[in-house]
Amino acid sequence: MRNRFVAQRVGFALLTLAALAVVIPILAVVAVIVIRGAAAINWEFLTAMPRDGMRAGGIFPAIVGTVVLTLGTAIVAIPLGVGGAIYLSEYARDTWLTRTIRLAIINLAGIPSVVYGLFGLGLFVLLLGFGTSIVAGSLTLSIMTLPIIISTAEEALRAVPTEFRTVSASLGGTRWQGIRHIVLPQALPGIITGIILGLLRAAGETAPILFTVAAFYLPRLPRSPLDQTMALPYHLYVVSTQVPGMPPKIQFGTALVLLGLVLSLNVVATTIRSYFRRRRQW
Amino acid sequence: MPETKIQIQDVSYAYGDQQVLRHITLDVPARAITVFFGPAGGGKTTLLRLLNRLNDLVEDGRMSGRILLDGEDIYAPGFDVPSLRRRVGMVFALPLPLPGTIRENVTYGPRLAGLRDRARLDEIVERSLRQAALWDEVKDRLDSPANALSGGQQQRLCIARSLALEPEVLLLDEPTSGLDPISTAKVEESLLILKEHYTVIIVPHSIQQAGRIADYAAFFLMGELVEHHPGKKIFTAPTDKRTEDYVTGRFG
Repeated sequence: MRNRFVAQRVGFALLTLAALAVVIPILAVVAVIVIRGAAAINWEFLTAMPRDGMRAGGIFPAIVGTVVLTLGTAIVAIPLGVGGAIYLSEYARDTWLTRTIRLAIINLAGIPSVVYGLFGLGLFVLLLGFGTSIVAGSLTLSIMTLPIIISTAEEALRAVPTEFRTVSASLGGTRWQGIRHIVLPQALPGIITGIILGLLRAAGETAPILFTVAAFYLPRLPRSPLDQTMALPYHLYVVSTQVPGMPPKIQFGTALVLLGLVLSLNVVATTIRSYFRRRRQW
Repeated sequence: MPETKIQIQDVSYAYGDQQVLRHITLDVPARAITVFFGPAGGGKTTLLRLLNRLNDLVEDGRMSGRILLDGEDIYAPGFDVPSLRRRVGMVFALPLPLPGTIRENVTYGPRLAGLRDRARLDEIVERSLRQAALWDEVKDRLDSPANALSGGQQQRLCIARSLALEPEVLLLDEPTSGLDPISTAKVEESLLILKEHYTVIIVPHSIQQAGRIADYAAFFLMGELVEHHPGKKIFTAPTDKRTEDYVTGRFG
């Protein structure tokens, strides 16, 4: 009896440790960044151009760049991804073609992001002639994001009971009307989750934008979609490793802004999702 | 002879290599209640779903033979399937309200068909709910969620939802299987009123129900139509030994 009791105590302790081992490093990283970066955050840092070889001034163009790139990615990846998911879940029959597509999506999700960067350089920057530009960068980030959006959205669509589609059809609905009015609204929370996961990854990645859009130092806002731009993840890399004599508070301040941006996007997304989830019913 | 609404001509059906209907030939009279009854697995539900082409959604189903609605082949190439389903409505065994309010459920079909006029939609809501004997219970909460209704109310809502399209034919697949006796009585009562204007085909959930409401009855056994007659004859004086065994409770 006593032995089993001890074994249970030890087991629980180990499981608690395992949980803490996940949480503590994350909290530690966030804490260090907040403590050391908070000193850098002020109005000028958020809204001014960088000066003095980025050692002073603000990071405004990098913030704008990341927002623009994330929006560009959203514009391309959301319709393509959700459309692809609808096709795979609602229309496609099980053939060698759809099996190949599914296999490709799974494999795409596992490709290192730098490979996407090189692919974007080859296809969008050079072959299609977009140059190093917001268009090329957004398209590259989109391709990286698509597998995440497609696979989560497809799963969300499949989770909607088939009977809803049958009922809609029995009331004279076309297949598309059933999807549009019943299936999509029910699957929306899951689809939004996938979109957010994808866009968050796109907002934080450095490698895919390295060769396709990011400017090392460009103290002005982008003027057109074919312009280069600074971006937060790449700027962080630059101020951390590429410029000698960089004040640490700029490095931590940049990291804090990137973290804050991603986190607030996350909060917005979670709010939208729980709003729609409350309206779901089955 | 009464007017014929649907002609089923030598229809066979298989899911993959499993044959579920064999050479069914049957005329369904207009403005009357026709009952398809028999033990489970006899193909009644499948035949019902063939009448408004809901089995088109089944990937490995194969059908042969013809089904005519008002003399027109509904499986003819280019036949408008959504409008067929507006003419031939269906109520399923398990009531499944669509997400949304009571009103939205009833108006779903007409809205898909393109009707936008609020006044017309309100008329349809009241007429359909009255026909389904649900109006008095829900008239004060039309805009509350449909899935808050009780099981019996949900099933009558599903009937109202089909009636909103003013179908010529109403197919009901064991519509009272999940209902208590009082709700069942209400549903049967509304069917008796509906048959004055609609052609009703029902798979009953018990042989007693079949006997109560049938104007015409057809007995199905393992994919075959054993016999069919007008009136209650099939329950009192069946011609086939297998029918007699079933209606007297020797199997099933």
